[in-house]
Parts: sequence; structure tokens; C-alpha cells
Amino acid sequence: MSTATHKLLKGATGEWEMVIGMEIHAQVTSKSKLFSGASTAFGGEPNSQVSLVDVAMPGMLPVINEECVRQAVRTGLGLNAQINLRSVFDRKNYFYPDLPQGYQISQYKSPVVGEGEVIVDLDGGKTVTIGIERLHLEQDPGKMLHDRSPSLSYIDFNRCGVALMEIVSKPDIRDAEQAKAYVTKLRSIMRYLGTCDGDMEKGSLRADVNVSVRRPGAPLGTRCEIKNMNSITFIGQAIEYEARRQIEILEDGGQIEQETRRFDPNKGETRSMRSKEEAHDYRYFPDPDLLPLEFSQAFVDELKAKLPELPDQKKARFVADLGLSAYDASVLVAERESAVFYETVLDKLGNRARDGKMAANWVINELFGRLNKEGRDITGSPVSAEQLSGIIDLIGEGTISGKIAKDLFEIVWQEGGDPRALVESRGMKQVTDLSAIEKVVDDIIAANPDKAAQVKDKPQSLGWFVGQVMKASGGKANPQSVNDLLRSKLGV
Amino acid sequence: MTDLTSLTLAEARKGLAAKTFTSLELTDAHLSAIEAARVLNAFVMETPDRARDMARAVDEKIARGDAGPLAGIPLGIKDLFATKGVRTTACSKILGNFVPTYESTVTSQLWRDGAVMLGKLNNDEFAMGSANETSCFGPVGNPWRREGSNTTLVPGGSSGGSASAVAALLCMGATATDTGGSIRQPAAFTATVGIKPTYGRCSRWGIVAFASSLDQAGPIARSVRDAAMLLRSMAGHDPKDTTSVDVPVPDYEAAIGKSVKGMKIGIPKEYRLDGMPAEIEKLWSEGAAWLKAAGAELVEVSLPHTKYALPAYYIVAPAEASSNLARYDGVRYGLREQGKNINELYENTRAEGFGAEVRRRVMIGTYVLSAGYYDAYYLRAQKVRTLIKKDFEDCFAKGIDAILTPATPSAAFGIGEKGGADPVEMYLNDIFTVTVNMAGLPGIAVPSGKDAQGLPLGLQLIGRPFDEETLFSLGEVIEQAAGRFTPARWW
Repeated sequence: MSTATHKLLKGATGEWEMVIGMEIHAQVTSKSKLFSGASTAFGGEPNSQVSLVDVAMPGMLPVINEECVRQAVRTGLGLNAQINLRSVFDRKNYFYPDLPQGYQISQYKSPVVGEGEVIVDLDGGKTVTIGIERLHLEQDPGKMLHDRSPSLSYIDFNRCGVALMEIVSKPDIRDAEQAKAYVTKLRSIMRYLGTCDGDMEKGSLRADVNVSVRRPGAPLGTRCEIKNMNSITFIGQAIEYEARRQIEILEDGGQIEQETRRFDPNKGETRSMRSKEEAHDYRYFPDPDLLPLEFSQAFVDELKAKLPELPDQKKARFVADLGLSAYDASVLVAERESAVFYETVLDKLGNRARDGKMAANWVINELFGRLNKEGRDITGSPVSAEQLSGIIDLIGEGTISGKIAKDLFEIVWQEGGDPRALVESRGMKQVTDLSAIEKVVDDIIAANPDKAAQVKDKPQSLGWFVGQVMKASGGKANPQSVNDLLRSKLGV
Repeated sequence: MTDLTSLTLAEARKGLAAKTFTSLELTDAHLSAIEAARVLNAFVMETPDRARDMARAVDEKIARGDAGPLAGIPLGIKDLFATKGVRTTACSKILGNFVPTYESTVTSQLWRDGAVMLGKLNNDEFAMGSANETSCFGPVGNPWRREGSNTTLVPGGSSGGSASAVAALLCMGATATDTGGSIRQPAAFTATVGIKPTYGRCSRWGIVAFASSLDQAGPIARSVRDAAMLLRSMAGHDPKDTTSVDVPVPDYEAAIGKSVKGMKIGIPKEYRLDGMPAEIEKLWSEGAAWLKAAGAELVEVSLPHTKYALPAYYIVAPAEASSNLARYDGVRYGLREQGKNINELYENTRAEGFGAEVRRRVMIGTYVLSAGYYDAYYLRAQKVRTLIKKDFEDCFAKGIDAILTPATPSAAFGIGEKGGADPVEMYLNDIFTVTVNMAGLPGIAVPSGKDAQGLPLGLQLIGRPFDEETLFSLGEVIEQAAGRFTPARWW
């Protein structure tokens, strides 16, 4: 772990440290299910995407979907993790109506991906490294529908058998902010890779969060697991609540019972689901219907060679090549779509070396600021990457000032259009013609003799003259030319 | 036309090709035989209309000269094989009137090659049993009786219906499955030929699973040649079963009559059990002598872990079964017994739907996989399995071509005679056959003689992986020497 600081919680008897580990269930992006050819499309009519294998008809057998294996390996590579060339599918046995086989096919002792790590970006450009314990493939169960009848439950098996990656972190997370940032970063990596769409509302990404507390530096405390969280905000709230609850018990001289809990977002609290004694005995054993999953190093190498650039690499490149600050770079790469937008702007710039950094400022401050204000995301931006690069070109080449550019941005946002043509047609061009500016400068000096006399002693008051000139020119004068002219006329 | 039922499959093929009779005539002869033999309870579902439709269709093909290798041959299908549109129950109440919308790979290949389905055959519930007494449709009668006795004997199990129907000339051949001896033991009890091919030789897709790592389909037939013909159609790689193996299917029939001169036949000393009946011992020596006379060399071999095979099998098989049978929960198909909540529904359905032996094995399997017991039972049994497999590998590495053993420790016994008080008494029937499943090897049972009471006995030949051909060659030598055995008709 890097040395980023984390939040300690203050109890009545002193400070407490949280120890958090997570199991993320990420739905694999694939056309068909993990062991059957049925479609994985979201939102189909109930039970319209179900094969004989999915509902465990007698004599049906699973056949591994190779694309899901590739996706798991890609994800493992994205987590800088050990890829296991041989892994084993096991059966996790339990009865539930949404689980037709009476067991979930999962990976228990030999997962497809072993240890890795994720660099998590925190506020202020700091980072923390969170260890990955493992990643394995498993089947999603179906979905119980309890609201269709007063006396019966229905089951939709469309989701049943869809591939999930369970990504287990090491207990390296130390507070709610880190936990949220960890999920955000994992989600981002998988979206870059195209291995999981990360859509938490549709259930594509869910998290089980293990929380315990201890005195800083003390041995690990007893943990509780909060199941099935599907919002990053709720994850933060649940951790805060759960840690406080545990501290209260410990400070009252009590003991933490290891148990499974659920978070109630309406009340903002966690509640017990089942105790350790009620926990299932899953009777894991290797699935005799499936051979061990084996592939060659060449298979891994080929996938590795075709991996897209990931957020950390992109960030490093932005810093090294364009001179962006680490913070700006991490903001730009956080979402794949933002990075794509920014890079499209870069591609269209007339002078990338000169204006690349300015483009980053514009994307982050003007564009993201405006989008946030209107609750839109980058894919719905009214200003295209091409339009924004047009505006930045105009600033970079000195055709318009930064101030005019903001007006231009507003026009493009509201009305659309080609920035260069707009500048022409609306007379927004910056005036660099000295003779045109000179007249204005002379008038202002003549009207303010006192101030002009003071400038020699107080050079900083030159700014007042610049402001006056710019104002009089309607912002169109080139600030540098104005500055030069004033200096020579006022003799500073 | 009744003598049509006494033909072997190979003879019937000739008659059909020569247009001496039609498939419809052959099929009708067997349908009549089935009707007259209902007392045997071999068929749990007769499909005469479908049989005649299939036969007529094949007759047209034969007329056009477009006939497959099994064109017009009427077969019985063990009720473990899913048959599209025909009730498939694994002879368990829990499947109720389940009618699959799909056809098992093995049966679909038989139909592809022109075979005709007469109906579904009785078996032990979920193939769990060695006497066909655990079927929800009741026990099956063996066409063989002790000389001078009217006692109905068991045909063995779990493929008791298949063996009984083939022995009683109700079908020209039958599909069967073998998890610990379920093809070879009933074949031995009924003087039929049964082969369990190498694990992975036949697709398991569409066959109700008992223990996935041991289950394998194979034929029961009237002769070694017939078994070879049937296996050729049943075998083959299936992308829908990833444990099926992609090796070409040879023309097994070509192995019949091939010289066995110079082949090394292993006689495993560990199969000489204490208290083994003298007539089994005699049968074994006789079989060895026949092979020797045909030019094979006999070699004493050692399979040192044999004695651990049965206990290990009764851990591995129930463990897998306990998980495989979890899908029968009353939620989606088959029997449902209501309850106040979902757990009661499960309990009521499974208590009502499963018979005593199935419940016993589900409980044993659940126990051996439980936390705290897994290492001591399941894991250890898997290690034993590896050692058993290695015993055979060592043997074959020394140049042994096949191993000769008795098929069963005794001849057929009476219904209800065994296993009433102690299930292990019944489990001991599989003592010579389970090792073969544990090692995934091919094994054939060939009728070889009779005991003092006139009941048939069989010998088993165990081969190298995917070397079923050698078993057919050797099996036919025994068949030629021992002659064919047909039961006197009493039904």
C-alpha cells in the first residue's frame, strides 16, 4: 500500500481503524451465457432467454463459453494479476428456486485469475494500492418475482446462467472513501476493457462488503458481510454505519458476531440476515460435468497484446506527453467516455503540443462543469469534441481571447455551429491591428492622467489600464498587444 | 412370424437387405412378443404406433436403397435416455409424467442410422441398484429361472429392463447405462452381451445423470457382433458433452473374428476372492483356457488397490448423485408436493418422489461432501480412484492387452432375496465391475456358461482406453467357445 492517509473513526474510548474487503460481482459482457447459448440481453420478456441447460432439464450438460473465459483473462490482465493456465469449476450446492440445478457452477479452490492489484485514485491526486486476492467465473441465478401474485412467487430465468466475475479484494481498504474509489476504479478498468458494462442500476455490478474495526495496528477484528450492494453511494453509507455499529458494541464491552447483513437504503442502516450458525454448508466439489479449464500462455499473450490502453497507462501518458497535472489526468481518464472525448479533441487540434494542456482545462472546467450543472453525461454533450477543438484552436492561434472563447462556447452549446464560422459571422475576432487599438489606448491615457503618472511608481496598476482597454474594445483586443502598447506609451 | 424375434441383429440386417421381410414385420413380431411378456415388466412404456411409423419410414428408405447401418432394427431404450415426445422418468416417481422436448445424443444417433424404437425399458430408480428392484414401476423378471423352480429371479441392474428384454427376445438390442456395473452385471445375469465403453466414448447429453464422472452409455445385445454394431452408432464425440472425447469411431464389427494370437491377457490375482463359488472359479479358468487355445498368452497380473474400489465407489458415486439429483425439487417439472413454505415444498416433494435407495444415496453423498468430512471421505476416495487407475495403467504398460475377470460373484438371485437388511450385500454385486468405471476403462460382459442350477454366468474383459475393438475380438472368441444361451420361455 502507498502511504495515502485514511480516515480513522473516533469512538468514546479512542480511535478505531476500519478494515474492509470486497467481493465484486461483475456481469461479463458476452452475447450468450456462461454454459449455454441463451442470450444475455437485458430486459427481455420473462423466461424468453432460457435454454434447457439454464433450467436444468434432466440430462442437460454445461459447455463453457470461451468468450467468457477470454473476458475473465482480459480482466485479470487489467488487474495486473496472475493468470492461471489451469483452473477448475466447482459446484456450490444449495437449494433455492432461482437456482435450477440445485448448485451454482463456480470456481472454489482453483480460480482462473489469482493475485493482482489495483491503483485507486483518491481526492487530491493521491493514490492507494489495493490487493486483489482472486477473480473467478460463476453463474448468476435467476430472479424471483414476488409481486405478480398475492400467494405465489414467479421466477424469471433470463438472468440464470449469465456469467459473472467475482473479484475478491484483499482486506486492504481502510475507509469508505477508499472503498468507493476502489469500486469506481474497478468499474472503470472493466469498462475500458469492455469486459463488464458496470451498469449498477441493471445489476451488472454488485458488491458484498466485509467490514471489521480494530484499534490502529491491532490484529484483525471479527467481520460482518454486507450483501448485494448496487450503488457506490450506498456502499459508502453502509460502511460508515456498520463501522459505527461495531465500535459502539465493542466500546460497550460486547463482541461482534460474524454474520451476513443487508443494507436498508431508506433507513441508512444495516440489518442482520443470518448468523454464522445459519450459514450454508455449500459442499463444494469439482463439477464432474466439466473438464478443468486449461489454456496456453500463447492464448494469454495474444489477449494481452490486444488489450486497450487502460486508465493508469493513459494517465501516465497524459502527464508525460502533454504536461498535465496528475490530478487533471486522473479526472480525464476516470471514465472511458471522457478519455475518448478528450483524445478526440486532441486529435483534431491544429497544434497538439501547444494546446493539449489548454484542451484538458477546457474539458475539465468548462465542459464537465457545464455538464454537471445540467446533470448530463459526456455522451450527451451538446458540444462535440470537434467543436471544442475548434474553439481551442481559435484561442491557441490568437484569433480570440479566452474570455471571448467562453462566450463562443456558450453559443455553440446553445445553438451549435462551426466555431470558426461563428467568430467570422458575429465579429468576435480578436483585434491585433495596432493602429485600431492605439486610438483606444491614447484616449484612455488622456482621460486618466493621474493614473498614468502613477504607473511608473506602481507598475502593477498597469493591469487597470489593460482592463479598461479590453472593456472598451468589447474584449476583442489582443491582451498581449494591449499590454505591449501600454508599456511603451506609459514608459514602463 | 414369431421366429423373426430369435434372429440376431446381424441376421436381421441380412434379411432386411435381402427383402426377406420388412422392418414393419420385424417390428410387429417384437411388439407382439412385448405384449405377451408383460409379466416380465421389462417395458415401462410401449410405443407401438411410433415403432410402426418409424418402421414404415425405414422400409421406404430401404426400398430406395438409402438405408443406414441399423436400418429397420427394433430396439428398446432404457428409461434414463431422454426421448423427444415420449415420457422419460428414470423410473422415478419424482419425474412423474415428464416428457422431454429433446432427444438424447445416443438415441438420436440410433434413429439417424435407421433403428426403430419399441418403447422405454425399466431400470433401477436413477440407475441406483443392482437388481432392478428400486424402480417406481416395480421389479423386472429375469427370463431365466433355476432348473425346476418357479421363483422369479432378478435380471440384475440397473439396466434390468434392457437385459431382460434382450434375453426374452422382446427387442433386438437395447440401450443401457453403466455407472458401476449396470450394463455388465445384468448382461451376465441374462446371458446377453453388454459393453460399457471407455468413459467419453458415448455422449452423456440427454441421459438422466446418476454420477457424471462414472456414467457411460452402452448396448446390451444378443451377440458380440450385435453389440459392436450398436456401439458404432451410439459412440462418437458430442460438442454438447465436454467429457466426450474426440477420437474417431472405428468399425467395431471389423474386429470380430480378428486373430487374438499373441495377445497378452492379464489374470488379476486380487479378483480371486475368499469364498468365491467354485463354479465362478471354474468359469474363469475355462474362459482363460479358451483364450489360450485361440493363441493368447495368459499372464498373472496384480491390481493391488482393488479391495478399496467398492468403498471408494460408494463415496464418489453418491457424492455426485446427491448434487445431480438436487434439480428434482418440485419447482419446474415433475412431481410437486405442496408445503407451507419453499423448504417444506422441497422436503415433501423429495420425500414423496424418491424411493428408499435413492434417498439413502443422496444422504450418503450429502454427508461425504459436508464440511469436516470432505477430506476424510470424498478427497480420500478420489485418491483411491487415482491409485486404481494407476494399477491398470501399470498393467497395460507391461504390454497387457486385456484383463479377464468374472463379471459377477454369483448368478441371478430371487426378487427380494438380497439387500433387505444390509444394502452392502447388494452393493457387493458390483465388486468386479466398479473398478472399471473408477478407471474409466472399457469392459465387456460375455455369456460364458451356466451354474449348477442352470443359470447363466458371464466373464468380463477389461481393455485399454478406447480399445473396445480388442474386447470385441476376445469376446467373440469366448462366445464361440461357450455357445449361445437362450432361456426356456415360461411367460
